[in-house]
Amino acid sequence: MNEERRKERLDRGIKARTEGLYAVSSWREVSYLLAPRAGLILFLLIAPLVVPGLYWQRVLALAGVYALLAISFDFLAGRVGLVCIGGAFMVGVGGYISGGLNYYLGLPVALTIPVATFFGALICTLVWLPCLPLRGVYFAVVTFMFPFLTSSVILAGGLFGSTEGLSPIGGFPNIWVSIYLMMSLVLFAIFGLRRLCGEDIGIVFAGIKDNDQAVIASGVNVTRVKMYSLFIATAIGCFAGAFVAHFSGFIGVSLFAVDFSIMPIAACIMGGPGTIAGPALGAFILAPLSELLRGFGQLRVVLYCVVLVGFILFKPEGLLNWVARKYHQFEHWVKV
Amino acid sequence: MGREKEVLIQVRNVSKFFGGVRALNKVSFDLLKGEVLGIIGPNGSGKTTLVNTITGFHKPDSGEVFFKDMKLTGFPPWKIADLGVARTFQIVRPYLSLRAYKNLIVPLWSPRARRFAGSRGGDRDAVAIDLLEEVGFERDAYVPYKLASALPLGYLKRLELARCLALRPEVIICDEVFSGLSMSEIASMVPLIERLRIKGVTLIMIEHRLRELFKVADKVIVLEFGEKIAEGIPEQVMQNERVKRAYLGEELGL
Amino acid sequence: MTMDVLIYGIVNGMTFVLMAVGFSFVYGISRLPNFAHGALYVVNGFIAWSFLNSAGLPYWLSILLSLLIVSLIGVAIYQFVMIRVRGMPVSEIIVSFAIALAILEGLRLQGIGGFKGFIGPGYVLPRFIDGVIDTAWVAIDIQRLLIIGVGLLLLGLMWLFTHHFKMGLALRAMAQHERAALMLGINSDRMANIALGIGSALAGLAAITITPLGNVNCESGYSVLTNAIAVCVIGGLGSWGGTVLAALILGMATTLMSAFGGTMWNNVLVFGLIILILIIRPSGLFGQQKELEERV
Repeated sequence: MNEERRKERLDRGIKARTEGLYAVSSWREVSYLLAPRAGLILFLLIAPLVVPGLYWQRVLALAGVYALLAISFDFLAGRVGLVCIGGAFMVGVGGYISGGLNYYLGLPVALTIPVATFFGALICTLVWLPCLPLRGVYFAVVTFMFPFLTSSVILAGGLFGSTEGLSPIGGFPNIWVSIYLMMSLVLFAIFGLRRLCGEDIGIVFAGIKDNDQAVIASGVNVTRVKMYSLFIATAIGCFAGAFVAHFSGFIGVSLFAVDFSIMPIAACIMGGPGTIAGPALGAFILAPLSELLRGFGQLRVVLYCVVLVGFILFKPEGLLNWVARKYHQFEHWVKV
Repeated sequence: MGREKEVLIQVRNVSKFFGGVRALNKVSFDLLKGEVLGIIGPNGSGKTTLVNTITGFHKPDSGEVFFKDMKLTGFPPWKIADLGVARTFQIVRPYLSLRAYKNLIVPLWSPRARRFAGSRGGDRDAVAIDLLEEVGFERDAYVPYKLASALPLGYLKRLELARCLALRPEVIICDEVFSGLSMSEIASMVPLIERLRIKGVTLIMIEHRLRELFKVADKVIVLEFGEKIAEGIPEQVMQNERVKRAYLGEELGL
Repeated sequence: MTMDVLIYGIVNGMTFVLMAVGFSFVYGISRLPNFAHGALYVVNGFIAWSFLNSAGLPYWLSILLSLLIVSLIGVAIYQFVMIRVRGMPVSEIIVSFAIALAILEGLRLQGIGGFKGFIGPGYVLPRFIDGVIDTAWVAIDIQRLLIIGVGLLLLGLMWLFTHHFKMGLALRAMAQHERAALMLGINSDRMANIALGIGSALAGLAAITITPLGNVNCESGYSVLTNAIAVCVIGGLGSWGGTVLAALILGMATTLMSAFGGTMWNNVLVFGLIILILIIRPSGLFGQQKELEERV
């Protein structure tokens, strides 16, 4: 006689809940909900103090750049249904505007970064506006091609320093300013976007992702709403680019490197697509990991790709969703 | 002693081709304010194509559609909905990942709802639940809070109607609201349509279920192979020889 | 002056045809955007080189073996990876491109377990026939004429295959209406495996024919992929004639650009055209896809 077993799942933590709605009835339950969020905040704020040395603080800051790109990608793909593989374009535009303003006009970093964020987002959104009505695949491929086009134009036209790029570009006063600026932006992006998606416009985004013909039939100009979401996402991406420009003190066509398009996707899938926080987690894991492998040349890129493919095939829910599931539920085997 | 009824929608010689197939062939009719117009015809007669053309999901190859003397042809679907012509979908399109009442946030967020319903930020959830109650979602049983993917078809059809009502439309075009429903579900839908009618909503109803349709329709149009072959009150239209042949086929020759 | 531009334009056009036919075949048959196409091209070049130089095999054997191996790699890519993301076009693109990146960058690695990466211009495959023909207007390498010949031959074979042989017809059925084909007993996955096997071999064949003009290097993997995409995007889906026309247009355009603007602008031209066509007419200039499917 065979013994059959099945997995039984029991909710833990909060007694009254259903599919995402919680009825909180005690401080213990409140802290149960707050703990992961507090953990995230504490991690991002304390990590810079704890890592060994300036080198790893720089790694942390760059991880933040990838985290922002991953958040931007996840927001568009997971919440609005727009798969945009053009992260490198955002970085390049933001970086060149910010670095250029600093290099040619001598504007201070505190001014160039916000300007580059806003106007970079404006440029990216306007440039991609005609692509918005396209079906998913075509939109993805078009956005993917933009960084290559732009870098080719810069190289062929000998613009903005062409192959050598432009330097020096003004930097941050010290490492602490830069790294805490980045950490606070990452936190702002994560919590801000999650809040946004809970608002009514966030419901409209979800509707567009689910079934945009129905949204159109409800009198909403879908292209315009997509444009708003694109503006927000590209603002995040352009900020990341501006940050990189000033952090490394250099702007060049390397800002349009395919790394900035592919690594966020890998981070997103590994970290947990759809959660906004998961992709950031993925970036903070992948970036340091790839730093460790820097000595092996191009192994970094191979790593991203292997991680990406591996997670798509074997664990598409991603780390954060998996952890969340474990956090919310006990699982154990019971005899049938 | 009838009052001159306002003509809301005018369809003039609308034709639509798909490749070599003529889906609509010079269809024309008027829709008067406050009436319930039925559009019937055998399968493939172009009923849904007609709806798509009026509401902007297809562009007609020739002909025009007017709404209160404004030309609708060429406008995108969202603009037509914004002007007050709402539609349901034959195959229901709820937002499956959202809860039922959240489904209505989308139309309530639209510019039209903001103009007419005065809906502002925080109110929308409450307005949504009220709307759902109007179409028959039992508030006490917390039905509005269920995920749309968990609702049976009868509720989803009402959700489609609620989605239209959220826009405070002047016209609702119902594409086969009775199809796919059980007898009891249909029995509870008919009073809903009646209620809408009494409230003064103008309806175009595409239907297959003639018995239920004739209970509510003032006037009926019959399409066959994209052409309008009859128009009039239900009893008259069903006496029409050509209509009978269209539904039953040549051989029976009733 | 114009005559040699014209001739080189045609030669370049046929080069584009060779680069694109593998990609076009796979996409046309099983709707799979095989972004690993460029990587397979390069891999074939390196494998052939290795057989020739490290193992000392005769040239024809090296070529055959490399085509076989690359074909198997393509099938493996489908069977183990792509099959799981089948049906989600964006994932298919991302995954196949990730594989391409991994392969192309991986080939450049140095120093792992003594593996010396394939870097540098030294990897040359010998031409089939050396020599140059002097036409009235310009001297053309025989290898380039071979490109035209092989290209035309492949196009003819493809056309014949998909129109007259049972398997080819099955593959076309698959492309036109997957559900109907499935109901008739045609196995979608087996067809995709075959398509990818053939497509990879076509990529390899292109490599064998084209790389003797220069050398085998990893960078060309990206440009081959881009060129293949450009040809398919401009030419449209489901149309062999469109593919050829698009390739000739691209060949002519790039030759003109090189002659009058400088080769640096070729990239701009190709990327720009891809983006332009995707925005204006996503199913390509000669494509047959319904417009409703392009835009939301």
